[in-house]
This record gives sequence, structure tokens and C-alpha cells, in this order.
Amino acid sequence: MRIHVDMNRCESHGQCVFAAPEHFSFDEDDNLLVVEDVPADEAVRAAVREAAAACPVRAVTLHTDGTAA
Amino acid sequence: MSPRHIVVVGASLAGTGTARALREQGFDGRLTLVGDEPHPPYDRPPLSKQLLAGEREIGDIALPPTDGLGIELRTGAAATALRLADRTLALADGSRLDWDALVVATGAAARPWPAPVPGGVHTLRTLDDARALRRELAAEGARLLVVGAGFLGSEAAATAAELGVPVTLVEAEELPMARGIGTVAGGFVARLHREAGVELRTGTTLRSFTGAGRVTGAVLEDGTHVPATAVLLALGAVPGTAWLRGSGLLLDGAVVCDEHGRALAEDGTVVPDVLAVGDASRRPHPLTDGTLHLGHWSAAVEHAAVAARVLLHPAGAGELPEPPVAVPSFWSDQYGVRFRSLGLPHLADEARTVEYDVPGRRLEVTYHRDGELVGVLTANRTRRLAAYRPRLADAFRHRRAAAAAL
Ligand SMILES: Cc1cc2nc3c(=O)[nH]c(=O)nc-3n(C[C@H](O)[C@H](O)[C@H](O)COP(=O)(O)OP(=O)(O)OC[C@H]3O[C@@H](n4cnc5c(N)ncnc54)[C@H](O)[C@@H]3O)c2cc1C
Ligand code: SF4
Repeated sequence: MRIHVDMNRCESHGQCVFAAPEHFSFDEDDNLLVVEDVPADEAVRAAVREAAAACPVRAVTLHTDGTAA
Repeated sequence: MSPRHIVVVGASLAGTGTARALREQGFDGRLTLVGDEPHPPYDRPPLSKQLLAGEREIGDIALPPTDGLGIELRTGAAATALRLADRTLALADGSRLDWDALVVATGAAARPWPAPVPGGVHTLRTLDDARALRRELAAEGARLLVVGAGFLGSEAAATAAELGVPVTLVEAEELPMARGIGTVAGGFVARLHREAGVELRTGTTLRSFTGAGRVTGAVLEDGTHVPATAVLLALGAVPGTAWLRGSGLLLDGAVVCDEHGRALAEDGTVVPDVLAVGDASRRPHPLTDGTLHLGHWSAAVEHAAVAARVLLHPAGAGELPEPPVAVPSFWSDQYGVRFRSLGLPHLADEARTVEYDVPGRRLEVTYHRDGELVGVLTANRTRRLAAYRPRLADAFRHRRAAAAAL
């Protein structure tokens, strides 16, 4: 599973950071930093899915084998 | 066994979220989503921001579609009465729906002025409201009067000011947004308004409108007249639960629920198979004795996920799992400044300022009650906000455990 964030949409809400801090964080200026590759760990995947659902501007999409999930 | 026919009333954030979550969690029975608005479901926060500014239209703010999920979506259909005894729902067109489980997701409506108003006086809750107000702002010589400087009035005033429209913002309290986020942050917001040229009139309220047929302004309690071509009443929201009066559900404005979102009856017991989510519901929180009404976007999303789990909890599987402790979050965008909050700042008895930098557009305030952290607000400092999240979750969990042990 890979994370894609549409940086044109992202408004630094931080909901993804709260849900899955292993994969989302901010730099000093509130720009979002993303660790895109998600390991095959179900707990981590659940947190990443939660992060995608919590984003108020729906900037986070998840892809498996190159397709939207 | 899960219910055969689930009816969700209210087709916006909480309602569509519940319906989608039910399908995602494997519900394969009949699912009906009933909403009184004529539009496909859309998201509200942009209405006072990008949509009012003319930067976005309905296509940009649509909620994730429910098509292809086997959901019967009935738009333009208002629910008028709920009957628990024979499990039916009456609709305004005279038809009736039978249900095995029902979810109340009818949100809230703008608090109206208590008397008839002239033309040009608006509220802001729906897409049609936002479009109507946008037309007013685009007119030659537009002047806007906003009554109420809560987050919604404050955002609308900011959007109008950025469009170059002269704005007067009237607030009964001494500072904007102070009831929600306190005087330090309220003072910060006041500075932003004044720098942008908004005439902020605090400590006064609106007495009456002027203009016959079409508004020309308003007279304030202090006797002054404010000229305006349009007025926005931003007086807060009232839960959309009038249609539930007499149904037997316990109402305190919103539907009173347990921590799972299950509706309570007037005698305080759980009503089987009836839930309420989003702005139409109130539920317990470790920081209050009674129940809390939030009216936040994130709460509606969280409620929807929990509701689907509760509805699909197998009958023989024992007690419902305890829902995750809620750390409420809220945001507001004004003048390009991103206000983000966590927890419950409005319940604090003390605010501590960590950073207050108006020129740098940065703010960090923590909120405490009896010395204990209960909330935090930042402006353009979401990175710092994130660090408080686990601390707040721990504090709330601790409180819940302590209350359960009593
Ligand atoms: C202008 C504006 C800006 C906002 N900005 C923010 C923000 O920046 N951050 C934030 O956290 N929150 C914000 N909010 C709040 C957020 O939008 C709400 O918390 C959220 O919309 C709640 O979703 P809901 O589905 O519970 O209720 P609603 O969105 O109110 O939806 C309820 C739906 O039910 C329908 N309905 C009502 N009665 C009936 C009936 N009898 N029969 C059928 N259908 C019915 C309504 O027409 C509506 O479509 C904002 C709200 C507004 C209005
Ligand atoms: S939740 Fe969405 S908007 Fe917020 S930081 Fe994450 S991607 Fe950006």
C-alpha cells in the first residue's frame, strides 16, 4: 500500500498526523511530510486508512498495486 | 443478526458517512438515505470560506458519492415524524418507510431572528444560503453587516473583507469567538479583523432592522445606526430535531445519546435500534457530568464510524466495545490564518499563552481546568498542536477510568 497526498488540496489540518503519526508529520512551517510506503502490518494500515478518512479536504488517497483503494 | 432495513435520516456529512461506513463494514441489507435538501450531499465548511469567496462551486465541495454502494438516496424528502411503536418514518410527501434500525443525522439549522425580517437579511447553513449571500456581496456598492462573531460570523466577515466589501461585525461579548476560545485568542482574532479594515463593534447587539421591504441597515442597542445592503445573522445553530418532538426520544436541543450514540428515551433508557450522529446528537464526555453537544466536522465523521460498528454488532456477541475516547478537534480559517484546536477549550477556567505573534500570524494557547490540560489552540502552528494530541487523549482516558471507578 502507498499513500498519495494531493499537496494542492492539503490545508495542514493535521488530522492525518493525529491518526497515523508514523506516516504523517509536519516540518517547522506546517508543511506535511509523508512516508509513502506502508508496511504490511494491519494495525499500521488501519491507522493509515483512518488518516485518509479523517482528512477534511480528502487530500489523502491510498493505492495498492498502482490502483486507488 | 444485523438489521434488514436501515434508514438514515439526513443526507449530509454524518448521514452519508454512516451509510458509507455501513457498507464498508459489510452490511448487505437494504439501506435508505433520506435528505430534505435538493442537492447531492455536500460539505459545509467551505460555505463560509472558499464558496462564499467564489473560489469553489458545488462540484468542488461534494461529499464522497454514495452511488454504486446499493444505497437508496432520496433527496428533497423531509422526514416529518418518527414512530417507535410500529417502527415507521413519515415523510413530507405523505409516504412512509418501515425500518429495522434508524439513524438520526438531521444536523442543525441556523438560529433564526425571532421576528419577520426584511429582504437582504440572511443566515448561512446551506449551499443555497451561501450562493444567495455571495450574490449580495458581488452587487455594486455592497456593504455587509454581520451579527454575531462566533466562528461562522467571523469567517464570513473575513471572506467579505477579503473580497473588498466594507464589513461591520457586531458581537455581544467583548471579543470575537471568546465564548469558544477565550479572551487571548479572541483578542488575536479581533486584531486580524481590525487590520483588515472590518469595523468591529463589541459589547452591543442588534435592536432592529431599518428599511421597508429591503434592508438598509440596522439599529444597535447603543442607539447607533449601521448602514448595510445585506445582513448576515450568525447567531449559532439549533439542532434539526423539531420533527422528533413527541416521538419519545429524549431531546435536549439535540438527541441525547449514550457514549455509543444510541438514542435515549424520555425515561433515560436506551431505545433499541435508534442512533443519532453528528450535530443532531449529544453524548457523554469524560470532562462533563451530562452530555456534550459539539457541532464540529470531525465529530460527525467519528460518530458515523462508531454508529456503523454499533448497528452491526452481532446480538449474541456480548457488550459493545468501549468507543475510543474522543479528542474533539475544530478548525477555522480567517485571513489565511489557520486556527486549529483540540480538546474542549470552552470548558477551561484558565488559558495560558505560549506564543502570541500577530505580525507573524502565529498563536499557541493551552486551556486548563483545575490546572489540568483540557484543550489547545494554534494558529499556523499545527505541528505543535499535534504534540498535544496524545496528552489530551491520555488525560481524557484517565478521567473516564476515574469516573467509571466511582
Ligand atoms: C458555514 C459553515 C462553516 C463551517 N465550518 C466549519 C469548520 O471550519 N470546522 C468545523 O469543524 N466545522 C465547521 N462547520 C460545522 C460542520 O459543517 C458541521 O459540524 C457538520 O456539517 C455536521 O454534519 P451533520 O451531517 O451532522 O449535519 P448537517 O451538515 O447539518 O446535515 C444535516 C442534513 O440533514 C438535513 N435534514 C434536516 N432535517 C431533516 C428532515 N426532517 N428530514 C430530512 N433531512 C433533514 C439537512 O437539510 C442537512 O442536509 C461549519 C458549518 C457551517 C454551516
Ligand atoms: S489531514 Fe489532510 S489537510 Fe490535513 S495535513 Fe493531512 S492531508 Fe493535509
